[in-house]
Amino acid sequence: MTDARRISSRRRPGIAPWLFISPWILGFFLFTLGPMVFSLIMSLHDWPVVGERKFIWFDNYSTMLTQDPRFWESLGITVKFALIFVPLNIALSFLLAVLLNVKVHGTALFRTAFYLPSIISGVALVMIWKWIYSKDYGLLNYGLSLLGVDGPNWLGDPHWSILAIIIASLWGLGGTMLILLAGLQSIPKELYEAARVSGVPAWAQTVYITIPMLSPMLLFTFITSLISAFQQLTIALLLTKGGPLNSTYFFAMYIYDNAFKFHDMGYAAAMSWVMFLIILTLSMLVLKYSAAWVHYEGEAKGGGNG
Amino acid sequence: MVRTFTYGALIFLSALFIAPFLWTLLTAVKTEAELVTWPPVFWPEDWRWSNFPESWAKQPFGTYLWNSTTVVVLSTIGQVFSSSLVAFGFARFRFPGRDPIFVLLLATMMIPWDVKMIPLYMEFNLLGWINTLKPLIVPAWFGEAFFIFLLRQYIMTVPMEIDEAARMDGANAWQLYWRIHLPLMVPGLVLVGTFHFMNAWNDYLGPLIYLNDQTKYTLPLGLGLFQGRYDVDNIAIAAITVILCLPPLVLFFFVQRYIMDNALGSSVKG
Repeated sequence: MTDARRISSRRRPGIAPWLFISPWILGFFLFTLGPMVFSLIMSLHDWPVVGERKFIWFDNYSTMLTQDPRFWESLGITVKFALIFVPLNIALSFLLAVLLNVKVHGTALFRTAFYLPSIISGVALVMIWKWIYSKDYGLLNYGLSLLGVDGPNWLGDPHWSILAIIIASLWGLGGTMLILLAGLQSIPKELYEAARVSGVPAWAQTVYITIPMLSPMLLFTFITSLISAFQQLTIALLLTKGGPLNSTYFFAMYIYDNAFKFHDMGYAAAMSWVMFLIILTLSMLVLKYSAAWVHYEGEAKGGGNG
Repeated sequence: MVRTFTYGALIFLSALFIAPFLWTLLTAVKTEAELVTWPPVFWPEDWRWSNFPESWAKQPFGTYLWNSTTVVVLSTIGQVFSSSLVAFGFARFRFPGRDPIFVLLLATMMIPWDVKMIPLYMEFNLLGWINTLKPLIVPAWFGEAFFIFLLRQYIMTVPMEIDEAARMDGANAWQLYWRIHLPLMVPGLVLVGTFHFMNAWNDYLGPLIYLNDQTKYTLPLGLGLFQGRYDVDNIAIAAITVILCLPPLVLFFFVQRYIMDNALGSSVKG
């Protein structure tokens, strides 16, 4: 055994490992690094689909920051969406995960029910919700009418349209829920037993055991929810087409329109870089300040009394 | 007390999550008249299953289905094959630069698709691939970071002794991958195949950008096309939506054990 190990560690791997990972290396250059460099170059150009392209330094960037109110409006709508969607997505997923973590019969069935919406197509999701939101025949307004509430025109009223997109997006929280459930199930049961023996009330167990132990998962879902919130496009594109009165005209939709409707590829590329930088900065900030509230098991922390 | 409350909450919330599906299914088998009555009719008087073939005939959905199937089958094979190859390379070899390259691979998961959308369109345009299914198939043959990461985890759980025994018997690297590790990571391959199948089957933005010609459309694009029409055909929309949802749902029921085991066991495996 010892000999075999010595031989295997001495054996030169040579070219074999590179052959195995070559698909990804090639793909990285062809479909990730190449396009990103290309897009950076495009963002410094006036780049129409047909016709002369011109190098214009940072004009695209300065135009959007100083002369394009639509840039700020669409960014504002995306930020507003993220501010409401991200906390709700995590809170609701957490609530469902906690409920599923209670030992009752049929949890597998309930788990499936919550997970199902997240495996269907975005188009299908939109078609389902469009009919539910219908002002005159929709299930939602019928439900509200039973409660004596006169339901709004969800998709036609600029005050409600963004909420309509948020609710439809929350329907697909299955993936987030599953990650948090996995986190809950990995918390040692002894912690709760010890707390119960010492007479710690249930709410305090949640605050002082569950949330700290779950914090790495909460951080992870926070960042992934943030990224998906900023990329929100399919639902808005099909459910409201950005309307009414541009109330759901997301940042990603403005990028899409610039590229494929207004054929201004340079400007669209510049906008997509701005989005990338925003996401990167936010993720870095979250990671940086997470040290204060995220608790990693096995981490030597002074003063921790377990 | 806690149990009763939990049950009540679970039943109420899962009903909320399932209701949209049921409502769509019921809509798909109603008549036009039942669709526009208030209060809404829940149970159709008689279930018009003929809505399904009638809706299917309203657009060339047979062609769309063929296109969707082509994309899904060819790209899933590519994804499973390439991701497992790359995962094996990272899991079982030591070579200069391996760890930084693997970190780079993980970092690519953070890049939003929107940043690559425009240059990729230009690239595929340059290659003459616009309005073909190639942009939806070929990239899958180069592996995807998340799947590579997942399969690498699977390979890492296999004891090194197995590799050493096979090496002593004269197996080379390819045989080690093909004969030993590929059969051992079947649960992982099922998982990767399923996730990729669902992504490819459900994809809307990719086909929307790369395909112009209706004969090249995939099913989600065809369904989206109902939206643009001046007379919105709600029954057809509901019927096609049901059909579009079926394959992922059926697949999910077959592999749900793998998905749940992976998600809920991942924290144990580390």
